[in-house]
Amino acid sequence: MAYDYEKSIRPGKLPHIWCPGCGHGIVMKGLIRAMDTCELDRKNTAIVSGIGCASRLPGYLDACTLHTAHGRAAAFATGVKMAKPEMNVICCGGDGDGTAIGGNHFIHACRRNIDMTYVLMNNYIYGMTGGQFSPCTPTGDLASTTPYGNPDPIFDISKLAIGAGATFVARTTAAHPREIDKLIVKGIQHKGMAIIEVIDDCPTTYGRRNKFRSVIDMMKRLKAEAVPIKAAAKMTAEQLEGKFLTGVLFEDTEKPEYTAQYANVIKKAQGA
Amino acid sequence: MAKKVALLQGNEACAQGALYAGCTFFGGYPITPSTEVAEVLSVELPKIGGKFIQMEDEIAAMASVIGASLTGAKAITATSGPGVSLKQELIGYACIAEVPCVIINVMRGGPSTGMPTGPGQSDVMQAMWGTHGDHAAIALVPDSCQEIFSETVRAFNLAEKYRMPVQVLYDEIVGHMRERIEFPEPGELEVFDREAPGVGPEDYKPYDSTKGQVPPLAAFGSEYKYHVTGLNKADDGFPTTKASLVDAEERRQIDKVLDNIADIESYEEYLTEDADVVIWAYGSTSRSARYAVNELRKEGIKAGLFRPITLWPFPEKRTAELAKQAKAIVVAEMNLGQMVLEVERVAKGNCVVVHEGRVDGDPLNPGQIMTKVKEVL
Amino acid sequence: MAERYELRFSGAGGQGLITAGIILAEAASIIEGKHAVQSQSYGPEARGGASKSEVIISDAPIDYPKATIVDACLAMTQEAADKYANGIKKGGLLLIDSDFVQNAPEGDFIVHRVPIMRMAKEDIGREIVANVVALGAVIGLTGVVARETGEEAVLRKVPAAFKDLNKKAYSMGYEKGKELAE
Repeated sequence: MAYDYEKSIRPGKLPHIWCPGCGHGIVMKGLIRAMDTCELDRKNTAIVSGIGCASRLPGYLDACTLHTAHGRAAAFATGVKMAKPEMNVICCGGDGDGTAIGGNHFIHACRRNIDMTYVLMNNYIYGMTGGQFSPCTPTGDLASTTPYGNPDPIFDISKLAIGAGATFVARTTAAHPREIDKLIVKGIQHKGMAIIEVIDDCPTTYGRRNKFRSVIDMMKRLKAEAVPIKAAAKMTAEQLEGKFLTGVLFEDTEKPEYTAQYANVIKKAQGA
Repeated sequence: MAKKVALLQGNEACAQGALYAGCTFFGGYPITPSTEVAEVLSVELPKIGGKFIQMEDEIAAMASVIGASLTGAKAITATSGPGVSLKQELIGYACIAEVPCVIINVMRGGPSTGMPTGPGQSDVMQAMWGTHGDHAAIALVPDSCQEIFSETVRAFNLAEKYRMPVQVLYDEIVGHMRERIEFPEPGELEVFDREAPGVGPEDYKPYDSTKGQVPPLAAFGSEYKYHVTGLNKADDGFPTTKASLVDAEERRQIDKVLDNIADIESYEEYLTEDADVVIWAYGSTSRSARYAVNELRKEGIKAGLFRPITLWPFPEKRTAELAKQAKAIVVAEMNLGQMVLEVERVAKGNCVVVHEGRVDGDPLNPGQIMTKVKEVL
Repeated sequence: MAERYELRFSGAGGQGLITAGIILAEAASIIEGKHAVQSQSYGPEARGGASKSEVIISDAPIDYPKATIVDACLAMTQEAADKYANGIKKGGLLLIDSDFVQNAPEGDFIVHRVPIMRMAKEDIGREIVANVVALGAVIGLTGVVARETGEEAVLRKVPAAFKDLNKKAYSMGYEKGKELAE
């Protein structure tokens, strides 16, 4: 029997705005399955996003959804979680939103280790504005504002999150739909800041400019470049050239979670 | 029983006012000369189970306040000019998404970093026009520590009642000076709590204005699931580009303030009944002006003071009446000419309108105002 | 007392002169029930530089919160004296630390010299209470609040372990001020 996604989707909100072949829909389905697996009460779940194609995701889902300003998802979500720690908080958005204009909020949410799950869809580009390069556009690639090839080095989002102090960091791709929900489930179950980076595809504004003839080509590349972290342990540096690691990249269950830390502040202040 | 009294700084009085109003969330970023507001609330909020968070920047502070408010908390941030500049993006968000919150701006000089420990009143136009797009604004300008307390309470009331950001602006002088304040008893000042949705979760629309200009706001994490966005939206909260809906929503969000000026407006007059010259001043400058009025009266000059306590919406009606009655209005403010533009606009040439300003970090003193009054007569 | 009495405390940042101003304002407004406003101005330095604290005391509500014509001024350092010992009214009072202010500003006011820092250091044994010595001296000199009120306000502000020390500092300053006033 086909999976019942519809009960999670707000009536009348589809079709979504995403282009044919865009991976965001795959991620949304993964998120729905993960929320179902974790039996998240949608009334008690806030889904927070910034601006961009990926940030339109919350609007389709039946929950407390907050579509904020560009880059600010993690900061709004921090306010929600601090004020009501009993709520489940999920952030979602794209690479430009999360790591360029929202980079400061992203790293500090990681540093605080506040309990939320951030699903970051990294499609290497600013899609909604027409394909300008983002901090994740590979060096040399073409974007509407890198007509001679991108001169910028890139952010490795997962490494950034680990370095900034997130306590659960995982990566997969839109070509690995089953792994998406598995990792999001782990992220939701993790008490602390969980970053799930999903390497995604944008056929319209990235693929087209960078010689991917079809969505299939883009998916094939994702499959070819993704190396599960366990498999990578047996590979040489040479073999790993041009690849990225997938799976649970980092997990720390020792570092205190932020709202729990603040609960201790309250106890102290109240003289307990 | 005698009331509790204390010698408090303006900033401390602000924090105490917030607590009186039922504030349970502060999100901020350190900036002179506002830090005492944060410091007091970092001590006091956890005592009542409230939350204090120092965010990574001013924008994040504003974001956290809006996020907290959506869960039903009364939320506040405190900053100064440079911080208010950064917060503008999300002040606009709070306007369009109609999320109650209070923003304290302890005004210093400058554009940019300016003079962090010096007073200024040059953010008053920013309070109205700082964020882009058409929107209404409410800004309050207390002139004493006691009034900072009560106006902070009123700011929360207005924010919750009209479902919008409300700014309280006071200059560094009032923010840092200490005066005796009397703590009002519980119930002595009105405390307005957010209206609960009148319908069940299935029928709830966060922007349904059929029952009034200000639709009730449900809390995240209650029984209500809804969508909030910074895009133009329809009554159900979802984005729309339908012209008639966009137009109606934009107008409603401004009209909810303009149609309720009588409720929002607040001002004080001193010896204006027979005044030939009205000094139009707010915040600490109004204290200089009051001093000047007394001195001028001793010299036989019929001077009076008009002191807006609600600066935005602008006190148009009363200012226009005074312009018809007086020979001149002297607008005294610690900037190089901001509210004077509004006074000129509504005076419509019925009297002379002149400006007396100062931006060197020293307070605009009574002598300066007296000289200007004598010049204009 | 005059309707409006203006005092200015000035010295180096970190000398506790803002605290002295706050204590005086508490004595006047919280304990004696008069009106008082305390304000200050300071630069970016947490220590050093020149800082000032002003206290206006009045029987009536106070409008302009800053000094207009200063009735009494304290200057603990030369820099503070140069920068802030001005606007003193005709016949007003200027109290300077005689060891640190070599060149007293000239004007139509009465200059009193007291080795405030030295008293704190040598007679009390702690430089840190110089502000309380100074406060005592100013109150003794001006009579702006009662001796006991000033003392109570000082003691409200200090931790139990330092009450005796501060009481001594206040009394010593007060006696000195009173002596000069006579």
